[in-house]
Amino acid sequence: MTTLLLAEHDGKLLSEQTARTLAAAAKLGAPVHVLVAGAGVASIAEAASRLDGVAKVLVADDAAYAHQLAEPLSALLVSLAPNYDALLAPSTANGKSVMPRVAALLDVMQISDVIAIDGTTFQRPTYAGNAIETVTSSDPKLVVTVRGSAFKPVGEGAASAPVEAVAAAGDPVLSRFIKEELDAAERPELTSARIVVSGGRALGSKEKFEELILPLADKLGAAVGASRAAVDAGYAPNDWQVGQTGKMVAPDLYIAAGISGAIQHVAGISDSRVIVAINKDEEAPIFQLADYGLVGDIFTILPELKDKL
Amino acid sequence: MKVLVAVKRVVDYNVAVRVKQDGTGVELDNVKMSMNPFDEIAVEEAVRLKEAGKASEIVAVSVGPQKATETLRTALAMGADRAILVKTDAKVEPLAVAKLLKTVVAEEAPDLVILGKQAIDDDSNQTGQMLAALLGWSQGVFASKVETGEGMLTVTREVDGGLQTVELKLPAIVTADLRLNEPRYASLPNIMKAKKKPIAEKTPEDCGVDIAPRLTVLKTEAPKKRGGGVKLASVDELIEKLKTEAGVL
Repeated sequence: MTTLLLAEHDGKLLSEQTARTLAAAAKLGAPVHVLVAGAGVASIAEAASRLDGVAKVLVADDAAYAHQLAEPLSALLVSLAPNYDALLAPSTANGKSVMPRVAALLDVMQISDVIAIDGTTFQRPTYAGNAIETVTSSDPKLVVTVRGSAFKPVGEGAASAPVEAVAAAGDPVLSRFIKEELDAAERPELTSARIVVSGGRALGSKEKFEELILPLADKLGAAVGASRAAVDAGYAPNDWQVGQTGKMVAPDLYIAAGISGAIQHVAGISDSRVIVAINKDEEAPIFQLADYGLVGDIFTILPELKDKL
Repeated sequence: MKVLVAVKRVVDYNVAVRVKQDGTGVELDNVKMSMNPFDEIAVEEAVRLKEAGKASEIVAVSVGPQKATETLRTALAMGADRAILVKTDAKVEPLAVAKLLKTVVAEEAPDLVILGKQAIDDDSNQTGQMLAALLGWSQGVFASKVETGEGMLTVTREVDGGLQTVELKLPAIVTADLRLNEPRYASLPNIMKAKKKPIAEKTPEDCGVDIAPRLTVLKTEAPKKRGGGVKLASVDELIEKLKTEAGVL
């Protein structure tokens, strides 16, 4: 009875999503092996080996895994699957791309985006977070993706797990990496930031979004998020979108500025510890879940808040 | 290039979904149903490929009850040429849907299958990837841009932190993300024309696929509600509360 967890990393650093998924994996009660697949990933494997609760780290160091393409990565996971009863990955873009492919190849129905585990039952949100299902599987193996924001990351440093190289599985060469355009990461990553400042459509323009949201975020050392309305209007890039169809966040402090609080958005922030809403419409639904609300003009409140912090 | 598009009939995205009191699921009686929004984007992409002279024929397919023909008619009105309904009243999980679609692919031999990235009812985000796996095809999931080439596709994908571009060998699977395109509204003449387009029907038994669910839903609950907090009078009061009461600054 062993669990295999696919580590999330960007080729340089191990993502905190791995430590969060480890916390979920621990609830299955079996030893956990972490698979680090990539090219030149020795230091990432080393980082994974220090996480608490890891029994062993497997490293598949091969050019085929450099960009986490689903076709070779799923073949690798399937080649390792006979030794495991459960295969887990975080519900990141990579995890969501790779794991259903693994599940189908193993003839297993995947349990997606799990937010709680109790023995052999799993909770997962459906209908944009409006209904929480408790499910159990009759498959001989489990394939699970985990919503990281629902689990606290495990600690590190208690011990160092052994690191073992594994052979690459054949690459079917069905797809080829061309390029990646990633935002310069001068701010903390949205899904693991301690503070998130998000702007909505009320900001009115890309210029105002950048002028009001970014300085406040930078003063707080916060990540920047946006509502779907703000993203659709072009005020903020796609990958800043917080909500059911964007990123799920669970910071200590979430500041929603000029966001009305559509269900879709609320589903992505409800695990936050403290929510602050600033909106000129006192009837805005966001106030129903905000711990602290300020009714007023974001164009004067946000600069004032930044200056007084 | 022949294109297959998979569509699902789901609760309309504007409906405020309510969980049943007895925990057996969500209220679906007398609720407005529509095509899954991500599938609309998938259909639109196929129609644009045809309009650009890249696609020769578009076949829409759905797995669901008799009423899913309404969803297929919407796809036909948007520009699909014909449709196939795999008819069943049973709840069909993504793995079984992928197996059913595989049999349709075997008959239709498309070069490209486009699906929505996830259905807004079960939020599984699995079917496209599973179909790609079962067929041994390449996949470009969460696509925000698709360009066709000789025997291949270039797909730009929405990934964490930005965009990734990959080249896929055809035949391939693409799943549509929100910003791939803006789906059109079908015009009245096209809606009328769609009524004459053919919809073939078959059953999971005809396909030889076992659709028995693998997961058992023990209960369905409403999410825990956050209690609303307090409204404050000033920025100073907010900073004070965040520092002392909440201790997050």
